[in-house]
Amino acid sequence: MKEVTKLIHKYLRHDKKFPHVWCPGCGIGIVLGALIRAIDRLGLSKDEVVLVSGIGCSGRMPVYVDFNTLHTTHGRALAFATGIKLVKPNLKVIVVMGDGDALAIGGNHFIHAARRNVDLTAIIINNHIYGMTGGQFSPTTPYGMRATTSPYKNIEHAFRIAELAVTAGAVFVGRGTVYHARMLDSLIEKAIQKQGFGVVEVMSPCPVQYGRINRLGDAVQMMKWQKENAVPVERAKRLPPEELDGKFVIGVLVDRELPIYQEEYEKVIALAQGRGDGG
Amino acid sequence: MEGEVLLQGNEAVVEGALAAGCRFYAGYPITPSTEIAEAMARRLPQLGGVFIQMEDEIASIAAVIGASLAGAKAMTATSGPGFSLMQENLGFACVAEVPCVVVDVMRGGPSTGLPTSPSQGDVMQARWGTHGDHPIIVLCASSVKECFYLTVRAFNLSEKYRTPVILLLDEVVGHMREKLRIPSPEEIEVVDRPRPTMPPEWYIPYEDTPSGVPPMAPFGEGYRYHVTGLIHDIRGFPTSRPDEIGPFFERLFRKISRNFADIHSSEAFQVEDAEVVVIAYGSVARSAKRAVIEARREGIRAGLLKLLTIWPFEKPAVERAASSARVLLVPEMNMGQISREVKRVNQGRAKVVTLNKMDSTLITPQEILEKIKEVLG
Repeated sequence: MKEVTKLIHKYLRHDKKFPHVWCPGCGIGIVLGALIRAIDRLGLSKDEVVLVSGIGCSGRMPVYVDFNTLHTTHGRALAFATGIKLVKPNLKVIVVMGDGDALAIGGNHFIHAARRNVDLTAIIINNHIYGMTGGQFSPTTPYGMRATTSPYKNIEHAFRIAELAVTAGAVFVGRGTVYHARMLDSLIEKAIQKQGFGVVEVMSPCPVQYGRINRLGDAVQMMKWQKENAVPVERAKRLPPEELDGKFVIGVLVDRELPIYQEEYEKVIALAQGRGDGG
Repeated sequence: MEGEVLLQGNEAVVEGALAAGCRFYAGYPITPSTEIAEAMARRLPQLGGVFIQMEDEIASIAAVIGASLAGAKAMTATSGPGFSLMQENLGFACVAEVPCVVVDVMRGGPSTGLPTSPSQGDVMQARWGTHGDHPIIVLCASSVKECFYLTVRAFNLSEKYRTPVILLLDEVVGHMREKLRIPSPEEIEVVDRPRPTMPPEWYIPYEDTPSGVPPMAPFGEGYRYHVTGLIHDIRGFPTSRPDEIGPFFERLFRKISRNFADIHSSEAFQVEDAEVVVIAYGSVARSAKRAVIEARREGIRAGLLKLLTIWPFEKPAVERAASSARVLLVPEMNMGQISREVKRVNQGRAKVVTLNKMDSTLITPQEILEKIKEVLG
């Protein structure tokens, strides 16, 4: 058995009814593979991992894997995860969301989770579209692109997820793609290891709902687009801004140290119990 | 906290919750429930529990459900507008069978309404607010003492039946101060959720049991399983098979409907020989009691049935009253929500009269007394 197959067998649920829900060419399976490899490399036990999701194509990820898994409501995954983490700080709580899930209906929860710095890992799979409902534009659909609810053109401007996470205060922010699979493994691994709120945005193709209506080609062509338009963060720093037009930066955008919420809350407990000065 | 204290209704909710074992609170400020959050922020860290102020009420109940899945007894509190926002995840807690307590201190609505005025407008929202058919347990307090004891009971029922339990107060009950003797821990019955006793490989998270309530394993203790808001099979996995969906709903309703007798609670006051029985709940029940006492002084045979459990509706006690009394009088600070239930249960036996008030003020004992005289006269 190949190494990759062994890993899949180790972590997939054997009592779950397959097949999975994802379309041919979807990038979410690659993200799941990267997540499994990162967890395996970190040597985490299945019992200490909690995988939480919201609603949409990405929301179906937890059901397939043998962890403590929670498929919540649309946009609310981070808030559920916050409750789990604060009660059981020893668990590794990983939240997987889509772009509509995390940035539209869950946008408020997202920025506040970043600000609050509870020790969670957020993986946001950005395929620029609402896939499960059939291809409506999302907060990350680029200006001018088409979707079933912007049949002429999208007149809204897209959020840049990773940059938003940096501004909102996340202590670790990375952006990867499903084409740059090794980098993705490493970004997810670092985000899980990081103490505090870590974010990994993953650019992921949706050839069925986003690619087709915009004539972007099949999954392979969409991944080639990722390869050609991704600019590593070190190189991006040396380029004039105009050369980054229409491109996106990949790598670690931010890695900084801030006290995590749980540590701060321990100080509150000490103050409330008349121990220490809360400093 | 123990012994005799002067407490606000909202503060008594906090002490009741802590006595019941609540160690997690997530909430968002809203009048007239804010004192619950403030007291929790002060009290929970003293006990090593978690208080967190979330970005809105949607996130608050989500965090509460997460905390409960991790094994904590958890609650939130809010008022009308926030209660509306919580309905989405309240449904999640019903379907995923996650114990949690939601306190709704009712204020005038709809919308922003009358933030500092009492109301009983959320009785039906508490029953039907989340979409889809579902069972729910709703209690209602009329005094500071009941705030304490019904909060304990809300947690106990929630744990016992793995269901969200809603505790309704109204602004008057939430804000008024009364003497309360807080019992010692050994005086309080505390119920904990059923836990699996079998090894993890034998654990089937949503398997039917004689009680209909499957044992619940907290996350991170070896029982890895899936929790979802989708309708699921006994292993927790989403299903679209009618032969799995049907039994799921059957069990979800059965675990509550088989136990109506355990869940129901009400207090009867001088109803045995009463010609007119006032059926009331919340702060209105206080006015009703005074009105009944005054009526008795004047030789009128009046009685009071105070509802403590609002949903599932107290059918047996109301039926008894309907069989013995000539008139059932239902005063409410809404345009008639519980009176519809009373009429449904009454089935034409007694005459059902309503007394509805929505002008931001309480229903007074005099108003109820006058109505009693009017309906008998």
